[in-house]
Amino acid sequence: MSTLFDILASAGLWAAVLRIATPLILGTLGALLSERAGVLHLGIEGIMTFGAMIGWLAVYHGADLWTGFLVAALAGAAFGLLHALLTVSLGLSQHVAGLGVTLFAASFAYYVFRMLVPVAGTPPTIVPFQPLDIPGLTAIPFFGPAFFAQTAPTYLAILLAIALGYLLKRTPLGLAIRMTGENPHAAEAQGINPVAVRYGAVIAGSALMGMAGAFLTLSAFNSFFPTMVQGRGWICIALVVFASWRPGRALLGALLFAFFDGVQLRLQPALNGIVPYQLFLMIPYLMSIVALAVMARRARVPQALMQPYRRGER
Amino acid sequence: MRFERRDHRPLALVIATSVLAVIAALALSGILIALAGAPVLEAYRRILIGAFGSRLSTTETLTRTAPLMLTGLAAAVAFRARLWNIGAEGQLYLGAITVAAASSHLLGGLPSAVQIPLLLLLGAMAGMVLLLVPLWLRLRFQVDEVVTTLILNFVALLFVSMLIDTVLKDPTAFGWPQSQSVADAAMLPKLLARSRLHIGILVAAALAILIHLVQSRTVFGLQSRAAGLNPAGAVFAGVPLGATLVKVACLSGGLAGLAGAIEVMGVKGYVTTDLSPGYGYSGIVVAMLAGLNPLGVVLAALFSAIMFVGADGMSRALRIPSYIADVTVALSLLTMLVALFFTQYRIRR
Repeated sequence: MSTLFDILASAGLWAAVLRIATPLILGTLGALLSERAGVLHLGIEGIMTFGAMIGWLAVYHGADLWTGFLVAALAGAAFGLLHALLTVSLGLSQHVAGLGVTLFAASFAYYVFRMLVPVAGTPPTIVPFQPLDIPGLTAIPFFGPAFFAQTAPTYLAILLAIALGYLLKRTPLGLAIRMTGENPHAAEAQGINPVAVRYGAVIAGSALMGMAGAFLTLSAFNSFFPTMVQGRGWICIALVVFASWRPGRALLGALLFAFFDGVQLRLQPALNGIVPYQLFLMIPYLMSIVALAVMARRARVPQALMQPYRRGER
Repeated sequence: MRFERRDHRPLALVIATSVLAVIAALALSGILIALAGAPVLEAYRRILIGAFGSRLSTTETLTRTAPLMLTGLAAAVAFRARLWNIGAEGQLYLGAITVAAASSHLLGGLPSAVQIPLLLLLGAMAGMVLLLVPLWLRLRFQVDEVVTTLILNFVALLFVSMLIDTVLKDPTAFGWPQSQSVADAAMLPKLLARSRLHIGILVAAALAILIHLVQSRTVFGLQSRAAGLNPAGAVFAGVPLGATLVKVACLSGGLAGLAGAIEVMGVKGYVTTDLSPGYGYSGIVVAMLAGLNPLGVVLAALFSAIMFVGADGMSRALRIPSYIADVTVALSLLTMLVALFFTQYRIRR
């Protein structure tokens, strides 16, 4: 019990929580935006993998870190265009199309990486984002190192969550997105072009997914290796349901999730030899399933989610 | 220009669709091969040599086809009923570890004729159980099974990793996490001497035919198709939706579990965490390429196996990353989806 208290009282835990949460926040926002317009986006896992690879590769070849981030976002957007073509224009099964995008983006990422980076004993590294020193805040005892010693993309992710919440709830564009997700026919009757809205939401959401991946290689770690995304994309899809399709709750959900992940990571060494470490690693996955079971019924699903929209066809 | 739905799809069109999709995928990955600076046609030739160039490579390709057929069937039967089982990878691993545990601890002394069928059944049941959990969550809490089956893949792999690190660890494996081996009597008979080719491919082919008959000739086949085409309509017509989905899940999870069982009993003899190079995920592509037709799965699985085995040889010869096989297989899923669209619709001006 005292170990648990020590863990909770350490600034390192809280700093880790924000770090673990960042890719989840970005990914969940991306999936949420797409789903709010009515398109399930299971391409997320592959897009995160590709974003992690291409962002890292850009920096490895001399680009600065923010350019790497931008490259990852643009690559994500390109895969988003592919997903939108398949699901919006052709109206194909969103489940299967998304899985196809994931399989393609992930294997393509490995292919490009292997082609351009020769096999080496230790993977090549870059200099990642460094924690920002915020005058006045970082120096506060405990709270400084716990909450104000993050890298810039973490703060960006939190700002984006707030911005997306505002966009969806308070702006005409947000209304158009929500309407398209609820009832594209009604949206069209209001002069909104549901096809354009869906394209925009899927592409912008995919850019966020690419950034989520890039955070892993440009801030959380400093190198890329296959399978590094480890199902984070699927967890984001679960978090969207848990958040009931609201950006504010997505932020909280990702933080809550990261909190448990951070605690289990720190409990592992304490209980080493007593409890197999794999049991701890299962916790995040099992938690997301439990979260789904608890929230699935209560959540307000966008009514037109997974329904292709074709003019004049119901 | 507008799209108009076709009422009827001739069989020749369906077959042509798959062939066209594969050709398109090969053409697209040809671009990637060219970008890597290798001669494209030579690369394709090397893939064929890698897959069929010698007795060894041919038997390797066929050995790889067996699990892909089973995971392909697992996806095909589930998708037909709109049960999105993306968890074949995890079900495969659970089937594999169950077989390893049962044979090394319980049934190892039994003669082959008893032990092999028993182990195959146990492996299949393990896969079933892992799929029944997400199905229960869907029926009870309306949780989308795509996400839960995907996430359970990671849980299953960690579970296997834990077992082969602790209670099922092989003490003679020099510290490598590897499960204890199944008994010699549990190993599947070989089809060809001096090769790894075992009877698993025959089991899988027989199951493909059997499933084809079940789907086309039985009430359950009709019910599972109805559940997929129009769940509400199916219920209205008196189809017991929940019971049908449970049966479909048992079949689908069972097939994936069986894939793991035969991979252990046919090839390796033990379980490691790299037992499957993504057979579960490739099974989804195989099923889609086959148009969810069980007999088509046989051919689609062969195509995937050719790509994977052939690309290994090609990558050594031309220094192209062997990931090109994964890219081509993934691309063939996307091209197949697009091709399917054009068989369902015709373009009218």
